Amino acid sequence: MSDIADRVKKIVVEHLGVEEDKVVEAASFIDDLGADSLDTVELVMAFEEEFGIEIPDDAAESIQTFGDAVKFITEKSA
Amino acid sequence: MSGLMAGKRGLIMGVANDKSIAWGIAKVCRDQGADLAFTYQGDALKKRVEPLAESVGSEIVLPCDVTDAASMDAVFDELRARWGKLDFLLHAIAYADKSELKGRYVDTSPENFEMSMNISCYSFTALAQRAEKMMPDGGSLLTLTYYGAERVMPHYNVMGVAKAALEASVRYMAADLGKQGVRVNALSAGPIKTLAASGIGDFRYILKWNELNAPLRRNVSQEDVGKAGFYLLSDLSSGVTGECHHVDCGYHVVGMKAEDAPDIGLDRG
Repeated sequence: MSDIADRVKKIVVEHLGVEEDKVVEAASFIDDLGADSLDTVELVMAFEEEFGIEIPDDAAESIQTFGDAVKFITEKSA
Repeated sequence: MSGLMAGKRGLIMGVANDKSIAWGIAKVCRDQGADLAFTYQGDALKKRVEPLAESVGSEIVLPCDVTDAASMDAVFDELRARWGKLDFLLHAIAYADKSELKGRYVDTSPENFEMSMNISCYSFTALAQRAEKMMPDGGSLLTLTYYGAERVMPHYNVMGVAKAALEASVRYMAADLGKQGVRVNALSAGPIKTLAASGIGDFRYILKWNELNAPLRRNVSQEDVGKAGFYLLSDLSSGVTGECHHVDCGYHVVGMKAEDAPDIGLDRG
């Protein structure tokens, strides 16, 4: 697993208080990991802080799963 | 506890998480010895506010919907039973439909206008009505506003209009409540990255612009705002009422882009 994926996973595990093995590529923050709508906003803010990137609102709305987040951040950091 | 607020009791309304401006102010008040009560609206905020309240030794965490008179009454009934009197209140509550924080202000619907005004402006008045009855020896009421009330800021739209009304209400309430020693002020913070700010379009651009063009050449921190909020809620500001106090690294005095600031464009990814 990439360094970015590890860092994203750490944020998700800490923020949502879920088991690490639940955070798989297809795991939906809301449907599978118990996030509420504020959690999703807080996660995006945490990703921005961790990676020093900007995630615009329309992109944030498309980040539904752990895999989506890793993909977006990987592309943005490239 | 010792400190400039030892023995003071205050109600903090509108903490969403540890990034909240209200939380920054609450922490400084607590560090200065104040006892705090908190309110939240809805379960999503409850689970965020409760651990924060606990971390500052607060035992009073109550639900409050400021659109519901009975809900507000219940909060003050509880405070009266627990504390008897109140020394200060922080109002950090606002709402507008997110979809109307983009596009043109002029297109705002009557429903959204009414809701934004009610929650973002009238609620402070409604809470002041209740708080003043618990402030026989005077007190301090503080609300949060933003420069978008005075000048046009991108996307602030109906919230700018509601904040303008809120600032006007601060002046009228300062006049009404001054005789009994209750002070009413507003704190106009520069842009700061909170949960609420995430609803404002192009917020990062606004942050960057302020950082490059404010006289102090930086953005405000939660601590900057916390200390100023503490000043306004405590006796340090005993001669101050009806004021809209800018904590924005000086941005409100600027007339145009700083000559040495780079030209920046929108990065919408």
